[in-house]
Amino acid sequence: MKTMNFLVVGVGGQGALLASNVLAEVGVRAGFDVKKAEVHGMSQRGGSVNSHVRWGEDVKSPTIAKGETDVLFSLEKLESLRYISSLRQGGIALVGESVIPPLTVSSGEDSYPVDEEIARVFEQVTDNFHFIPTQTLAKEAGTSRAHNVVLLGALSSFIDDVPEEIWLEVIAERVPKKYVEVNQAAFRAGRAVVG
Amino acid sequence: MKKLYSGNEAIARGAYESGVILASAYPGTPSTEILETIVQYSEITSEWAPNEKVALDVAVGGAYAGVRSMAVMKHVGLNVAADSFFYVAMTGAESGLVIVTADDPAMHSSQNEQDNRRYAKFARVPCLEPSDSQEAKDMVGAAFEISERFDTPVLLRITTRIAHSHSPLELGERSTEMDARDPLKFRIDRTKYVMVPGNARKRHPIIEERVTEVSKFAEDFAYNLVEMGDTKLGIITNGIAYQYAKEVFPKASFLRLGMTYPLPPALIRDFAAKVDRLIVVEELDPFLEEEIRLMGIPVEGKSIFPIVGELDSGVVRDCAIRAGLQLVEETASTTPPEGIPSLPQRPPLLCPGCPHRGVFHITNKLKVVVNGDIGCYTLGFLPPLSALHSCGCMGASIGVAHGANKAGTKQKNVAVIGDSTFFHTGMPALLNTAYNKSDTVTIILDNRTTAMTGHQENPATGFTLSGEPTFEVDFEALVRALGIEHVSTVDAYDLDGVEAALRAALAVDGPAVVIAKRACALLPEARKEWMPLEINPEQCNGCGMCFRIGCPAIVRSEEKDAKTGRFLAKIDPLLCTGCEICAQVCPRDAIYFREQMLGKEEK
Repeated sequence: MKTMNFLVVGVGGQGALLASNVLAEVGVRAGFDVKKAEVHGMSQRGGSVNSHVRWGEDVKSPTIAKGETDVLFSLEKLESLRYISSLRQGGIALVGESVIPPLTVSSGEDSYPVDEEIARVFEQVTDNFHFIPTQTLAKEAGTSRAHNVVLLGALSSFIDDVPEEIWLEVIAERVPKKYVEVNQAAFRAGRAVVG
Repeated sequence: MKKLYSGNEAIARGAYESGVILASAYPGTPSTEILETIVQYSEITSEWAPNEKVALDVAVGGAYAGVRSMAVMKHVGLNVAADSFFYVAMTGAESGLVIVTADDPAMHSSQNEQDNRRYAKFARVPCLEPSDSQEAKDMVGAAFEISERFDTPVLLRITTRIAHSHSPLELGERSTEMDARDPLKFRIDRTKYVMVPGNARKRHPIIEERVTEVSKFAEDFAYNLVEMGDTKLGIITNGIAYQYAKEVFPKASFLRLGMTYPLPPALIRDFAAKVDRLIVVEELDPFLEEEIRLMGIPVEGKSIFPIVGELDSGVVRDCAIRAGLQLVEETASTTPPEGIPSLPQRPPLLCPGCPHRGVFHITNKLKVVVNGDIGCYTLGFLPPLSALHSCGCMGASIGVAHGANKAGTKQKNVAVIGDSTFFHTGMPALLNTAYNKSDTVTIILDNRTTAMTGHQENPATGFTLSGEPTFEVDFEALVRALGIEHVSTVDAYDLDGVEAALRAALAVDGPAVVIAKRACALLPEARKEWMPLEINPEQCNGCGMCFRIGCPAIVRSEEKDAKTGRFLAKIDPLLCTGCEICAQVCPRDAIYFREQMLGKEEK
């Protein structure tokens, strides 16, 4: 199998790390060699965050080279554009509906890109671009905090050779006990949303 | 099934399996999680030291006393510990001593990207470098064996991409030899452990001879791997760069060096002779390249690959193609899309409720020169606060402020330093301001934790690394004992209090200290107090004063003031902690204080 490259991006505090931890663990359970890379520390404080997850037969580098991301998994709209150059031609781009304005946007110095603008840029790279109503579906499932798990659900629907049970099992292990059902519902909602 | 471990977690596991008894560290990205993971192994005594030098001395003491010991630090921490690193290189020890250095190419969280392999050669200390988590764990064991066999400390060097990358790990058992030991008797050997000139002169030839011996050992060292492939291209590489090179040149011949100091000359010569073109793929300095060239072997390296920043497989591939290297694994190129709007930056920020914010508002108001230090408060340099005017390394703020004062600057010089950084290297500098009659003000930003690296305990928190209660430093008493007579403590959230204390300190003829105390808003106890505030749209006229404190919880609303035509402010209830800094700054009393919020609820 060719190595699968997932780039998880978002804003510090959004749950990008939980999503990438689940993604990495699912890869291990599905029998792949897995590597995951991220940076801790200064870059976390409300800044832009990213985590690289790679599945394959024999994965060497823990990071993904520019233009070689198969799936861009973005929890925040603006951040998806920041990482567009990492996406390969024809790759999958899943963009959650969260909007977190940077300080310069809040104060009116900068503007936040509109949906049409984001879509127009992505369409030059891929037909496989999807806005996912992560917040809406997560709220319906029980808590808007599960928006990252909704996006995992959407992602799972693109990966045929990993059974749903593995995803649900790993999610159940990674979220607090009392939120397991809510998160699994969020996952299913996300899984049903595309296609 | 194998489990995913970060390099840092793997090193902690390696320490456990190697029978380590004592580990000491000062937190610093990207090394912090090593001790935070080691602490779960009850067989190991693990401690936060106030700085890296103390951490290394503690580990040296353990190794002198006969137990396997480890000191852990980020790359710049080894600068602080360098004095100790050099003497223990001379003395060796009774039991294994491993020093972990976590270097930070690309400076994700650092002020420089120094290559600590230089220290290995500088001090004649062997250096091991793993390429993934499994090797990170296993090489801890190899490092202790080398340390004991050759009577030398060993430097285990990792980089951010080893420390914070996860890969599968096969676990082993703990070597319990040391756990069952009898109480130790400290072996007296004055000629070996008392490094006065007479003894040191005898030791120096021994450590030079040791380098030769380790170099011979390196010829057959299990982690110096030769992987012959196509001999048109031979690649010598190390650490994470090996992974990138393997991906880009899957068919080439490789010599992956797990020990990067000292090098195995025969192995390298033999490999070089078998290949048509020899290149080195290494991050940062041309360390291997220079050593190999000194052997008289023609080799290329930094003429192809960058000396600055991190490598990744994309960088290695682009450079290789530009240099016309054969055997490159080509990938389809992606044309960058057009019309990407210029994106607003999202730098790390002082968090909502950060107790440093108000202090910087006041230093700006009083127009003092602020010499900064290393911690969350370094972020105060960013706009809109733009409140720091110098910042170099841990503990530098106070000395720099004093120097500028002695140079005769017109403005008053202030130093800001966090609680943990003050213990690290701030204390001698503060003593200096008293001793040399400085006219500087030092603000100790006491947020009750080591915040930037993720809330580690320190001598002011009242707890140890393992969570045991311990004594708690009394800052005022400590500062007075260092000779500072003018000391005051204020609540960092009370802007009038901070301003009054700072004005009084600035008026003093001589050194003064203001302790701005308030727990980091992200600590569990502080989180319980969170209460989002609101803006009174009747009062707000969109003047924008509250935006100037740079709080992410304050956003521009869609609504405009009828008179000024400016957008009114709005508070994000999910982000606001209720610190009331904005409410104190607002000139129109348009932001409700906590008490007013409670009053509103009652109505």
